[in-house]
Amino acid sequence: MTIPDVIRPPLSRPLLIFIEAHSGQPVSRCNQCGKCTAGCPAAWAMDLTPRQVMRALQLGLDNDVLASSAIWLCLSCQICSVRCPLEIDVAKVMHSLRHRTQEDKTHPGDKNIARFHGVFRGIIHRYGRIYELGLAGLNNMVSRRPWAHLKLFPAMLRKGKLPMRPSRIKATAEVKNIFQKVAALEERFSTPSELTKGDR
Amino acid sequence: MAGRTYAYYPGCALHGTAREYDVSARLVCQTLNVKLQEIKDWSCCGASSAASLSPLLGIALPAHNLKLAAAMELPITTPCAMCSYRLKTAAHELKDEATARQVSEVLGSAVGPEVTVEPLLQVLSEDLSFPIRKPLTGLKVACYYGCLLVRPKSVLQFDDEENPQTMDRLITALGAEAIDWGLKTECCGAGLPLARPDLVHRLAYRIISLAQRLGADCIATACPMCQSNLDIHQKEIEAEHGEKLGLPIFYFTQLLGLALGFTPRELYLHKHLTNPLPLLRAKGLG
Ligand code: SF4
Ligand code: SF4
Repeated sequence: MTIPDVIRPPLSRPLLIFIEAHSGQPVSRCNQCGKCTAGCPAAWAMDLTPRQVMRALQLGLDNDVLASSAIWLCLSCQICSVRCPLEIDVAKVMHSLRHRTQEDKTHPGDKNIARFHGVFRGIIHRYGRIYELGLAGLNNMVSRRPWAHLKLFPAMLRKGKLPMRPSRIKATAEVKNIFQKVAALEERFSTPSELTKGDR
Repeated sequence: MAGRTYAYYPGCALHGTAREYDVSARLVCQTLNVKLQEIKDWSCCGASSAASLSPLLGIALPAHNLKLAAAMELPITTPCAMCSYRLKTAAHELKDEATARQVSEVLGSAVGPEVTVEPLLQVLSEDLSFPIRKPLTGLKVACYYGCLLVRPKSVLQFDDEENPQTMDRLITALGAEAIDWGLKTECCGAGLPLARPDLVHRLAYRIISLAQRLGADCIATACPMCQSNLDIHQKEIEAEHGEKLGLPIFYFTQLLGLALGFTPRELYLHKHLTNPLPLLRAKGLG
């Protein structure tokens, strides 16, 4: 199970406890064997490797973990999760950490990726589907790199790979409603009385 | 497989950057008597971005589509690895009561976990006795599955997590040779080419160059993100590494379509940025 009844365990507790409750993964049991890092295709680009993320959580180095680029660079490829001898779903831990930075409004360790996810979500909210040209344009705007990827556009437009217009669904209101209800539900579970249920 | 009908979920990329996957999928399905009924007004599965920022949203968005398919009383099939991963994960998570309760509150009505989702690769490999008109003899193919078709097996129940064989068997059934190699399920950088092209280019370079050094003439994929990371970005990767690669990246449905007798144009092979036509001509397949 991923979504515990308590969506947001208390933010005031150590990060380790929050993450264990949120992800349902026994981070404290990690014995630092390093298999996750050995197989991770993105470890070379991370400031903390997956194994180090686990260790830093155990040691209570909360700020280092939350500010790390690792939690954003994780590609969710799940090699770590399927190889961990203790069956810890490391990819799920990375997801929970990303989620937590949203709540804390922590400065993301990789701004470009964090912004991209935000833009992507915004496009779904608006059209109900991804509109690739809009995604690329908007992503360039918010990341203040207006000319990024420009070299690719002519060839892709010529090949008809970037339709000019969004493919918009009819039930956009329904999709907007899903976003709204999810936000409301997450909000409701943040009240202190509900939160205590997350204690272990 | 033959004669079966599926609720078809193409996914956003197949309406844009991966048009050729949609076109070739529909052509081969028609020939093989697999009926596809597109889910009316399907919406985005949220890909990795929704789940990255909110686990509940990451389930609710695909669950909305599971609900649409449930009303059709058909199993879902989708060519996109990301979509099949998100839809299958949502169906799996809905087995949990608390999750199901929250999701039904979000969607306004209950949605059960019982909708089945099969990636198109699985549907088309159930019966490998294809009516082949033009065997792909002499073509060496590196089958590249990416991560999301196979991991985690506990949820996806499809093929081996690190050395899958489904596509290799399909490609072999077409008369081509599937090479053995070690990066079949290595991540290509997924949805991050816009945010971190440097990362995606390095991962894609490793995959393309290994396949090539092992003697593959081309790579076959079953995911629009894998295909575009390896194909669309190949020119930039070549420039960065000062190395000519020029390795064609196909969708497996296009190779299947060629063997079934469709022309490269019908299969939209001219849509790729790394031109596959010289290779096909050299092998007498163009
Ligand atoms: S593979 Fe598992 S036990 Fe080993 S370091 Fe990674 S998380 Fe810890
Ligand atoms: S899921 Fe993330 S942390 Fe795990 S191996 Fe893949 S990229 Fe690395």
